[in-house]
Amino acid sequence: MSVNVYIPGPFRSATGNMAKVESEGSTVAEALRTLGNRYPAFKSLVFDLNGGVADHVAVFLNNRDIGTLQGDQTAIGEGDEISIVPAMSGGASGWSEEQILRYSRHIVMPQVGGKGQRKLLNAKVLLIGAGGLGSPTAMYLAAAGVGTIGLVDADVVDLSNLQRQLLHDTNDVGKPKVDSGQERINDLNPEVNVIKHRLYLNSENAMEIISGYDIVVNGCDNFPTRYLVNDTCVFLKKPLVDGSILFFEGQATVYLPGKGCYRCVYPAPPPPGMVPSCAEGGVLGVLPGIVGCIEAIETIKLILGLGESLSGRLLLFDALSMEFRQMKLRRDPQCPVCGDHPTVTELIDYEEFCLGIASPTEAAREAIRIG
Amino acid sequence: MSIKVRVPTPLRGLASGQDVLTITGDNLLQCIDSLEIQYPGFRDRLCDESGELRRFVNIYVNGEDVRFLDGITTPLKAGDEVSIVPAVAGG
Repeated sequence: MSVNVYIPGPFRSATGNMAKVESEGSTVAEALRTLGNRYPAFKSLVFDLNGGVADHVAVFLNNRDIGTLQGDQTAIGEGDEISIVPAMSGGASGWSEEQILRYSRHIVMPQVGGKGQRKLLNAKVLLIGAGGLGSPTAMYLAAAGVGTIGLVDADVVDLSNLQRQLLHDTNDVGKPKVDSGQERINDLNPEVNVIKHRLYLNSENAMEIISGYDIVVNGCDNFPTRYLVNDTCVFLKKPLVDGSILFFEGQATVYLPGKGCYRCVYPAPPPPGMVPSCAEGGVLGVLPGIVGCIEAIETIKLILGLGESLSGRLLLFDALSMEFRQMKLRRDPQCPVCGDHPTVTELIDYEEFCLGIASPTEAAREAIRIG
Repeated sequence: MSIKVRVPTPLRGLASGQDVLTITGDNLLQCIDSLEIQYPGFRDRLCDESGELRRFVNIYVNGEDVRFLDGITTPLKAGDEVSIVPAVAGG
């Protein structure tokens, strides 16, 4: 029987850096021994002195732990998949068998491994909005094992949401979105701790709520909240993963502390009525799927410290031309919030700000600065 | 100078539905002027009463924000790509 054996990152130096190797045999033990004969270093990693599979290694056949089958005597069939998962540093303790299996596709990647998966499990991510963008973000973060997910949303599920908001289903109409969101998240992954914030974020509650999280992901549907979330993240030095959508187009970027913010890109909101909301203008239902998934990927990259974040780049997606383009973003030294001489140093009235009326305190500060 | 202008969906109504326009102009201001002549209404969406670029619409030349170049007088050359990117709040 010819089978594929998946080699975990830490063991690949023993198999010529191959992540997947073919082997043969009629049982798991035979297939592993065949490999051991081909790669002597692999043999010493996987087998103990008595010739059995070492205790520090878990072996899965087609995603099932062989410990729950017939151990290394489990028979294998043509094309079966064997995965080898080494115990994490500190021993296998701290990981349940279910966790090792659930996250095996992460753990086998050297860029993630057990350490990275542990970072995901320890991460606390706050999603602003459990709607179009928040749905795919929440589901993928939950599936990935992000341990704590906060949901901020005051709304109840409406039938018109279901064209795109996959956190909720037809039976949820009328239910608070944070409740149906929690159910979907825990159906996907029961070990995620969902914290429900059924409220409208405002200048009174934003600092307290956001301070409890490591990363904020924006999926809200209005300008006042976007400026509020931005300013709060700047004040609290929290990374903000940002996305927005309308019609057939989406935008995404990441604002890291000290490297520019939403106000550097959009210093002022459009006058009310100038840019329609999704409710007024419409949105292609799949679009938030793309943009929300990009937000989820960026969040995971930040948690794992992997790759190049979208920080400093505005990613534009046009579904009609099926094009992704990038614009360069910079921190604006004149930015009123994160610039060299900030004039806004505490949260303001964002409804008023978005009506184009500067708050009295802000107007006064501006006058002092100019004077 | 033949310049390519990328038009976002909210402004395509002004441009008979086109997403890319070809325009001439030696700088951004001239480019906006010729847009206005061919597709009336553009200037008002991009500039305020005093002729300055509106703060909630960003214009990028070859991916660089013109606010960090020469603003409305940013020079353009043949083959440049001007992208109009409005703030969008939907989620």
